Amino acid sequence: MIFLRVLFQTVVLALGQIWANKVRAMLTTLGIIIGVAAVIAVVGAMSGLRGFVLKEFETFGARKMFIWGWVPREQRTTISWSDVRITLDEIRMIQEHTEAIDLITPTADARYDISAGRVTQKGALVTGIWPEWHEIENRSVARGRPFFRIDMDERRQVCLINDKAVEELELPKDPVGQFIEIKGRRFLIIGQVETKELSPMFGGGDSQSEIYIPFETSYQMNPYNWIDCIAQLRDPKMSEEGREEVRFVLRKARGLGPEQEDTFRIEVLQSIINQFNSLAAGITAIAGGVVSIALLVGGIGIMNIMLVSVSERTREIGLRKAVGARPAIILNQFLVEAVVLCLVGGLIGVALGQAATIGLKMASPDAMERAAVPPWAVIVAVAFSGATGVIFGMFPAIKAARLDPIEALRHE
Amino acid sequence: MTIEIRKLEKIYKIGVERVHALRGVDLTINKNEFVAIMGTSGSGKSTLMNVLGCLDRPTRGAYILNKKPTHKMNAGQLASVRNREIGFVFQSFELLPRQTALKNVMLPLIYSSRNWLSARRLARRALERVGLADRMKHKPNQLSGGQRQRVAIARALVNEPSILLADEPTGNLDSATTAEIISLFKQLHAEGQTIVIVTHEEDVAGHAQRIVRLRDGRILSDHPTHEDPIHTEWVKSAAAAMRAIDERSGAVPADETGPATPAPLEAGGAAR
Ligand SMILES: Nc1ncnc2c1ncn2[C@@H]1O[C@H](COP(=O)(O)OP(=O)(O)O)[C@@H](O)[C@H]1O
Ligand SMILES: [Mg+2]
Repeated sequence: MIFLRVLFQTVVLALGQIWANKVRAMLTTLGIIIGVAAVIAVVGAMSGLRGFVLKEFETFGARKMFIWGWVPREQRTTISWSDVRITLDEIRMIQEHTEAIDLITPTADARYDISAGRVTQKGALVTGIWPEWHEIENRSVARGRPFFRIDMDERRQVCLINDKAVEELELPKDPVGQFIEIKGRRFLIIGQVETKELSPMFGGGDSQSEIYIPFETSYQMNPYNWIDCIAQLRDPKMSEEGREEVRFVLRKARGLGPEQEDTFRIEVLQSIINQFNSLAAGITAIAGGVVSIALLVGGIGIMNIMLVSVSERTREIGLRKAVGARPAIILNQFLVEAVVLCLVGGLIGVALGQAATIGLKMASPDAMERAAVPPWAVIVAVAFSGATGVIFGMFPAIKAARLDPIEALRHE
Repeated sequence: MTIEIRKLEKIYKIGVERVHALRGVDLTINKNEFVAIMGTSGSGKSTLMNVLGCLDRPTRGAYILNKKPTHKMNAGQLASVRNREIGFVFQSFELLPRQTALKNVMLPLIYSSRNWLSARRLARRALERVGLADRMKHKPNQLSGGQRQRVAIARALVNEPSILLADEPTGNLDSATTAEIISLFKQLHAEGQTIVIVTHEEDVAGHAQRIVRLRDGRILSDHPTHEDPIHTEWVKSAAAAMRAIDERSGAVPADETGPATPAPLEAGGAAR
């Protein structure tokens, strides 16, 4: 109790002392203010950037997994790319034998000449897909109907097109029911899919015409076409599990021995997000390093000003000792003063950093929509400022505590 | 028995040079005594007071305060002795300039385990005792020299110390204010306070019960005031001087004896 009261009195005293020398205190803590403000702003900006990236990934699905055939570098002479192509059988095996995979679709990209009436488009992108594609890519139809399994099973000559293709083929605004010719075959347009807007940062912005046909139909048109595979994880957290399961299934299907390398590749968006997260953590750590230098410089400033304060107030210290202040209490007083000074600096820094974050948010509302300073950053910044006060205030405080009362009172 | 000093020595070292400020002082001061310590400049008065006030430690010898051997204590223990047992009044007041009279008086209480409210009450009472009930919220620069010294005395008294020590408390004051402060000391003494003051003014010393004279770090004499030969001599010559002045101005007949103590002090005392 006595300790708490003395501490309270000391804090009040220290605040009074700081208030009495406002300008000097401000200048002294400038290093700490700037350091803390910088790190808070960086953390805030990083959280904004992370939010932005996550949002971008969510647009094309954090649960998405890409699987494609791959020839290991050392085996380029012995294996051909057609040998490692993902097959429908393998896709069905993955579908059956994995827990983490929810949906799966093959995709076969091809370039064909297409025409609608007299309008012809050379080398347009035509992709063979399964109905699952709609859900995996989160792309439903704006008009008409999506694909169904029956379109696959009967190898129907139906297609979905996007608005860009409608435009380029000069089709009517509602193209459903129109026919287009793909590689000499007549396809009925059954629906129009929305074009996914990606930010320019991720290669969006300049959309191109897209035409989708049932995978089985595309297979029939060209059985040698390259096949990729897109799967959807039950949960973004299951990315590692899913990857291992798919790997196990494919290695088994391809009869790969323990010493043999994978003849396929698996990429999960979540792992790209993880990479981004570790990059963000790295940047935050660098900011932390910068702030520790700022705190070091600020701390030396604090030590300097506390030494000045001790020598200015030598008589006062002498008097306090003369009326019964123990050395420990004097030590405490100056230490608390240094800590309070640093904490005030730290809090001002937090406020400035917070303000900078809000400024960023207002300056670029899109990218920085989710910019916010997490509580842990505030706690860490304030704790480190306080620790700076303890470390750099210790020497001046010990100096004050050791003063001889008589000599201190004789000091001019 | 309040203060007991035996074979007290204090040696200051400045480089290789050694200054023997006290060379074996024996002194006993009892409860409720009013002692004046006198001596020429450099005779060791302040050194002795600082030891008595536990602000400084003797090089050799014993200092027993209220049966406690202070010469064996560490810095922390000495601090609490200063806080509880000793009230020290400095020549230059030593008030904290930014704090009010009340806050200044509360200062010693911060370092003893009292709560803030009772500390305030005690500080008010101490200020009332020294006649500054109406100046509690004033800062030192808003007070006269005499009032400042009274704040300092209130601060010295606030923890009810067993001894009140004052090193030339009137050294920075004019004679009228000196008289005020001295009569305050007399009042405190009458209330039972043990007081030791250092002074080089015989008229100030005249108000004490006992005069201890120092020379070269030794006690030269130690007498009750009215038996002190130097003091009685001074009183006679002061009275003679006063008569001479009165005669010259023709205000008073030559055969009427003036007061034993010089007039300004009595006048100051009566004003209170
Ligand atoms: N801190 C000190 N360092 C060295 N010498 C000192 C110190 N304080 C006092 N002295 C010396 O001790 C002697 C006594 O000093 P002091 O007690 O202050 O005398 P007084 O108060 O009677 O004038 C003097 O010779 C003085 O020079
Ligand atoms: Mg002196």
